Amino acid sequence: MADKGPLQMKFELRDGAVILSPEGEVGYHEAPALRIALREALDRKPSRLVVNLAGVAYMATPGLATLIEALQISKRTQIPLVLCGLTDRVRAIFEIARLPSVFKIVADLPAATA
Amino acid sequence: MTAIRNSHSFPRMTTAAPITLQHAPRPEICLQLVSNPAYLCGVRELIGLFCKRVGFPEAHASRIVLAVDEALANVMTHGYDRRLDGQIEVSLFKDIDAATGIFGSLRIIIEDDGKQTDPAIIKSRDLDDIRPGGLGVHIIKEVMDSVKYEQREPRGMRLTMCKHLPEETALPASEPSCCGVSPTNSCSPAPALRPFDPQRGEQGGTQPIM
Repeated sequence: MADKGPLQMKFELRDGAVILSPEGEVGYHEAPALRIALREALDRKPSRLVVNLAGVAYMATPGLATLIEALQISKRTQIPLVLCGLTDRVRAIFEIARLPSVFKIVADLPAATA
Repeated sequence: MTAIRNSHSFPRMTTAAPITLQHAPRPEICLQLVSNPAYLCGVRELIGLFCKRVGFPEAHASRIVLAVDEALANVMTHGYDRRLDGQIEVSLFKDIDAATGIFGSLRIIIEDDGKQTDPAIIKSRDLDDIRPGGLGVHIIKEVMDSVKYEQREPRGMRLTMCKHLPEETALPASEPSCCGVSPTNSCSPAPALRPFDPQRGEQGGTQPIM
């Protein structure tokens, strides 16, 4: 079985917004890396934090927990948090956990940065 | 109930079902791993491929993967307090509908030697309380058709969960589906194996794996 390696993170600054694009799987093992990346992104105090999940093939509840934590910080610091690019598989866990209405979720990156 | 001992220290109790032939006597796959979350990605891949191979549609297979992943993460977090050297066993059974001879349900048993918890207090949390954590049990119960936690003797927990194959995809037990496999690599019916021998299991022998 090929080692898929750790979760990869891409940061991009665009018009004051930070776009964070994790790539890989976000399970129990990988969620701490996402947590650190989200913290770093929020610490930059961007005008908006966009989390582009198009490259996330799988997410479990530790990944959801990190996003909920980031959402709570974003509300405290008044930094809008937008999720985009959810694959069907990732969207399914949001729906099972009844979270779609909690987050601002848009279809893709152009919609998130518009 | 019959005590069966595998090739290591996990005594398993097979629960007699109302129609006993429904429960497969031995697992199709039995996987042992240590409680290191770095290996969860491999387990996910294996479970996903197995589920598709036995006939679950992609959407169902990925949800079963999620349930197993959540259950294993709970064992690692709560059962072994994030220790990396705890022992975990995952067994996958194909249960047969005795009346029709059709594969009807996937039974997954996860056993550990970690800390015990009263099964009565293992519950999902209020989903209206939006906060990080505590969603794993909800996911497991939402995805699987039945979920049962038990305490093992003398220590550890056993989680038994079942997922019925959707009716439209049910296949004869001897004809596993071949999702994603080209015709030249199509599945052959499983070879006939000698019946499971509890005595051999009690003595610590290994089970033949297809």
